[in-house]
Amino acid sequence: MWDSLELRRRQRRRSLYRWLLSMPAVLPLLFFTGENVAALNTIFVGQSAEQSGGIAEEFYRNFIEGGRYMWLLDGLLLTLFMSAMAALIGMIIGLILSVIRVSYRAGVRIPILNALAGAYIAVIRGTPVMVQLLIIYFSIFGNLTDIPPVLVAGLAFGINSGGYMAEIFRAGIESIGVGQTEAGRSLGLSYGQTMRRIILPQAIRNVLPTMFNEFITLLKETSVAGFIAVDDLTRAGNNIRSKTWSNQPLYAVALIYLVLVLGLTRLLSVLEKRMRRSDRRATGTD
Amino acid sequence: MIEVVDLCKDFGDIRVLDGINMRIENGEQVAIIGPSGSGKSTLLRCLNLLERPTSGQVIVDGIDITDPKTNINLIRRRMGMVFQSFNLFPHLSVKNNITLAPLQLKLATKAEAEERAAELLRRVGLLDKINEFPQRLSGGQQQRVAIARSLAMRPEVMLFDEPTSALDPEMIREVLDVIRDLAAEGMTMAIVTHEMYFARDVASRVIFLDQGQIAEEGPPEQVFKNPQGERTKAFLAQVLIN
Repeated sequence: MWDSLELRRRQRRRSLYRWLLSMPAVLPLLFFTGENVAALNTIFVGQSAEQSGGIAEEFYRNFIEGGRYMWLLDGLLLTLFMSAMAALIGMIIGLILSVIRVSYRAGVRIPILNALAGAYIAVIRGTPVMVQLLIIYFSIFGNLTDIPPVLVAGLAFGINSGGYMAEIFRAGIESIGVGQTEAGRSLGLSYGQTMRRIILPQAIRNVLPTMFNEFITLLKETSVAGFIAVDDLTRAGNNIRSKTWSNQPLYAVALIYLVLVLGLTRLLSVLEKRMRRSDRRATGTD
Repeated sequence: MIEVVDLCKDFGDIRVLDGINMRIENGEQVAIIGPSGSGKSTLLRCLNLLERPTSGQVIVDGIDITDPKTNINLIRRRMGMVFQSFNLFPHLSVKNNITLAPLQLKLATKAEAEERAAELLRRVGLLDKINEFPQRLSGGQQQRVAIARSLAMRPEVMLFDEPTSALDPEMIREVLDVIRDLAAEGMTMAIVTHEMYFARDVASRVIFLDQGQIAEEGPPEQVFKNPQGERTKAFLAQVLIN
């Protein structure tokens, strides 16, 4: 056993090269086999992993021992579930709010609904998501203790996202020329039918990139769910950290978020490329 | 069948229509002409309430459509409208542009609506474009699809709002020919146009609008050959020379 001074010194030294390592290459870190890490360890500190209890051993303690990689996987699942639930709720709320707001401006006036929608958006956008989450969990759902916190969190993030989605959809709807509405109405379609079949399909297509950005934000925002005892990805990583006294799990967590976000970004660019292609076909310039 | 009574329309402080009284009988083709800013389009748009009149009435088959209790959607089904800028739905194919309203309003089955779409497209000479998307079509083709889209509702009246003003010169004829055919079949129509020769040939009656008022009206031979008012004379002198 080391004395505490020696321990701190070793930890400082180790965290320095770990930091250097993880900067350009967080990704390979996850896939390092024990032998590779041991080899690197040998190169960097001139000691074998067995002798020093280096990265490989640390990796083992963090992720393998006690099946702790499952903590991360379970956390990832919760994070994905919350994000998906929140995205769905957010889109529904956003769609409803934006149509209320746009309709009011277009002369289909329900003043109470419009005022409520305006207040909703102002409050949601004017307060931190963290505070909203705490209020919804402890105050609004405070007495309903048998509801799993992950559902409360999903709902809270959805309610939050709805405020932002509303503004995204509103911009999308307003980007569609008034001629489209007039064409629909002149055929005898009602305002609602025109909105649903003519305006919204075009509006949503126009705001797809912005919507994806909101999904990405949402995914990352769910990382505060740990505050209401959801063992999401972030908290799972932190749970491991508090068990093993190693910062590796935090990097692993960051990496997983990064991969997810890059995946979404990639998906968006594929979608956009597809849309551009169909636009080109439509305008006949290909 | 359409009767306009003391129609006024203000945009802010500006009176665009100032006491219009007119009738459009069944089977009539009424051309509305006049200088820009005279209120032609606004008048046409009041006929199906795309513009809500400030005062006065528009009566369609005895129903006052300016009455808030009137279900305007039911009236609009019977009145087709063709716009200067076509306003086809860009996210829908030509076929779906035409079948959307009949299907949404449950006036036809899918098969019926599609058959009708094909028939209408054949009529406007665009059957081969049935699966195309609007942006892929020329302006003239888009406008012909827009006419087919209106006709899919089997309207009793067609309103044309400067249907050729946004077209390149070589595409004007193909659109006018379609409208001419419709007129020959006896379709009731009101057409706002700058095409004076077309108005003269197709219209059964011409209304000359100036500064929000009907300055002169009558059969085309009378209005074009022997205008009574000074303003009509001045306007025609300008547009017919060019």
